[in-house]
Amino acid sequence: MTASQLTAQPVAKAPATSRRHARLLLRSLKPSGWLPYAIVMLGALIMLAPFYFMFVFATHTNSDILSMPPPLWFGSALVDNIHQLVALRPHFWHSLGLSLWVAVAATGLNLFLCSLGGYAFAMYEFPGRDTLFAGLMATMLLPAFVGMIPFVLLMNEIGWLNSTRALIVPGACSAFGVFMMRQYIGSAVPRELVEAARMDGCGEFGIYWRIVVPLIGPAMGTLGLVTFIGSYNNFVGALLVMSQQEMFTAPLVLRSLQGTGQTPWGAISAGSAITVLPLLILFAVSSRRLIEGLSAGAVKG
Amino acid sequence: MSAAPAPIGTPAKQTKRRRLKPWRFMPYVFVAPFFILFLGFGLFPLLFSAYASFFRWELTAGLAGMKWEGLGNYAFVLQLDDLPWSHFFSGEFWSQLYARDFWRALYNTFWLGIVSGLPQHLIAVPLAFFIHTKFRRARNPVIAMYFLPYITNTVAITLVFSSLFSRDFGVINQVLTGLGRLETFGVHPLAWLFPVQNVDWGRPEYTRPIVSFIVWWRFVGWNTVLYLSALQTIPKDLYEAATIDGAGLWQQFRYITVPLLRPMMLLAVTLTIIGNLQLFEEPFILTGGSGGVGQVAETVAMQMYKVGLNDGDFGTASAVAWLMFMVIAALTWLNNRTLGRKD
Repeated sequence: MTASQLTAQPVAKAPATSRRHARLLLRSLKPSGWLPYAIVMLGALIMLAPFYFMFVFATHTNSDILSMPPPLWFGSALVDNIHQLVALRPHFWHSLGLSLWVAVAATGLNLFLCSLGGYAFAMYEFPGRDTLFAGLMATMLLPAFVGMIPFVLLMNEIGWLNSTRALIVPGACSAFGVFMMRQYIGSAVPRELVEAARMDGCGEFGIYWRIVVPLIGPAMGTLGLVTFIGSYNNFVGALLVMSQQEMFTAPLVLRSLQGTGQTPWGAISAGSAITVLPLLILFAVSSRRLIEGLSAGAVKG
Repeated sequence: MSAAPAPIGTPAKQTKRRRLKPWRFMPYVFVAPFFILFLGFGLFPLLFSAYASFFRWELTAGLAGMKWEGLGNYAFVLQLDDLPWSHFFSGEFWSQLYARDFWRALYNTFWLGIVSGLPQHLIAVPLAFFIHTKFRRARNPVIAMYFLPYITNTVAITLVFSSLFSRDFGVINQVLTGLGRLETFGVHPLAWLFPVQNVDWGRPEYTRPIVSFIVWWRFVGWNTVLYLSALQTIPKDLYEAATIDGAGLWQQFRYITVPLLRPMMLLAVTLTIIGNLQLFEEPFILTGGSGGVGQVAETVAMQMYKVGLNDGDFGTASAVAWLMFMVIAALTWLNNRTLGRKD
């Protein structure tokens, strides 16, 4: 086994390298060599375990989940659990649809408005620009919950309580999004291109639409993912503005199942799994771009 | 206000004679949506809550029912009267302080914030360093696994956790007692470390640790990603030079990585402070909105929600909000002073 592992390493640079590999191999037999890897993998398991059990419980009946020992492998009660969930909360599918609609609408608006604002901050010289941008950055530090109660009153005054507008419009242009777009447009769109388009008689919005938007696909992808995830998961916002059952978003429905006498763990797990599934699928296809995009935005700041 | 369609500071005479060039005013139009939305839905509620914090104001009374209260709401929230000040250095004073709603919530918030926040960074920094230096092909999958909790629905996952933590059928008790009862050659080698009986996680002394664990679980990967991105900007030749000079991995970590990570630590810790002091979702869902037995996990944000929207006392809730705002501002400033001192 040791020999095969040795030869498996690319031995390109003559004896020095292979001696190094031998040393590495010896080290990997000592605890100080493999223990850190083991700890990292154990941590990763802890990160994944709740998801695993969510799906396992989603496929077991309530009495199975409440038995000793608890189920550790998938069962066959998924359909029953979903039936029970819909029986308890007839609006569940509607709520899931609402959640998706809110997330899609918020994402679309954010992509448009943030890239437009970011474009202005990145590509124009205008009086007050730096002050405005500093102000925009400062808003990110404001704790949102301080204005929570007047926000509800405001929604009440303009009649947006129990309407999806209250979840879509106020967050339609995030400071983070404008900031991220400014960073990206500043580095990805050549100024000469913008000026050349202007010389050729292209309007300012036309420049944005025809020149800038086609060039900022990656940033749009990252911002779109971040916004979608944030909006889809928004619990506090929905808790504040949605009081009618038929306007509940998915997180509110899940929460309402809790603490009603005998907690229906099977139905809750099934509902949770269904709610989290779109995010997991999204993450599976985009985790790399999401992680890189998020961290790139943070570094430059 | 800054969204005016005319550029500030352009000479008036010129604009009169020549037609205003679109690139002079269009940028204001382009940035206007953010500022309009922020003024309407962000700043206005914030300032209005400052204003409302000086009034006695019940939900049922409407805007007309506002009565000037001065600092009365703040005094009502702080409840500083008849505290045994002379016993300041004994437990008596502090237990009395803890008995008062706001101070208990503040204590809880700090407790949760520190116990969930500090380990996030203590683990994320070395973890990021380790992944950065040791992982090649497995790098992205490992990061993705740690990052996954960050993107998931708090409600869904907190509910899953509350079933995992239940006393009689919870998986966590199964694992712990399984380890505690582990028997080899007639002895229980792990019994000193792990429980032999099922732990009743519902008891109040466990509520805060569980909430902290969930918060830690959610954000440790996020912080790792932040630190990883900062590590990528540290030039490789620094490490190479250090290796030539005979520095080990620990020395490289201590004398190159940690100092150069300082700006990112400032950002990440600031984000953690601001986020943790507003902690709401995890304790709210885990305790069914009540804060748990004896309100041990009721945070300031939860208290504000309860006072404002359940009890309908907007004035008091606004005072709670602004007291918390001041605490957050002070801590953010302090953090800037300590971690950001070199910039």
